[in-house]
Amino acid sequence: MSRPLDCNELVELVTAYLDGSLDLDTRARFELHLRECDGCESYLQQFRVTIKTLGRIRNDQLDPQFRDRLLTAFRDWR
Amino acid sequence: MTGTLHEESADESVLVAALRAGDETVFSQLVDRYTPAMLRVARGYVPSHEIAEEVVQEAWIALLKGIAKFEGRSSLRTWLFTVTINIAKTRGIRERRDVEAEIAAYRGGTVDSGRFRPPDAPKWPGHWKEHEEPCPFPDTPEGSLLGNELIASARRELDKLPERQRVVVTLRDMLGFDSGEVCELLQISIANQRVLLHRGRAAVRQALEEYLAEAS
Repeated sequence: MSRPLDCNELVELVTAYLDGSLDLDTRARFELHLRECDGCESYLQQFRVTIKTLGRIRNDQLDPQFRDRLLTAFRDWR
Repeated sequence: MTGTLHEESADESVLVAALRAGDETVFSQLVDRYTPAMLRVARGYVPSHEIAEEVVQEAWIALLKGIAKFEGRSSLRTWLFTVTINIAKTRGIRERRDVEAEIAAYRGGTVDSGRFRPPDAPKWPGHWKEHEEPCPFPDTPEGSLLGNELIASARRELDKLPERQRVVVTLRDMLGFDSGEVCELLQISIANQRVLLHRGRAAVRQALEEYLAEAS
């Protein structure tokens, strides 16, 4: 395995890690670093919470006039 | 309406049949669910909100016109966003190479470099400085007050992201498309998709961190 990752390198790889797209060597270095570094473990946790929070964003309020326009288009089509 | 349309596929033939039959309730539910995200995505390509609305309206009409022939090879949702993006591109002002330019323009890290020990530090260069280490975010239950505040904060930051980042984060994290679908929809490479997603997420993470620091 090549040299260990530094924290400032690890933080740039989090999305690739979560997507499962790191090569095996980098993945191993990533996980080794995580085991030894509370800060980076927290960073990964923050990222996961961030993604979960983004997934909880519900729809913005739709402008009622625009909504009406779409429903009118539907009635015209029907 | 609850989250039934989010990961649907079993129900999709029912929706398609209802649309074909002219069921306005189903149509309005789909409109409420997808239109805000369609506007967000369209806005990434066109110069104004008004034009984004025209694009989205055109996309819905295209869906209705095509629904009789819809064969379910892709999901309704994928089809809807494909059509939205294609129409937006014809009305858009930005070329694809702008994506590459947007990605190349910024080479810095996604975390404030001041939080790490400098490269010439005698000990642990590149590691978190003392007192700069991240702390875990609270894991809030859905519907809790703090949870809702974090969602509002994430939404504000999402709206501030550069356009392509916003589109990728919306598709991946808000709507749950996978990376392959997003690359195909946006015609970008998997590497660029990841860069845009990572920068967008990192900006939202930072906003949440700042929000929590102020709140405490």
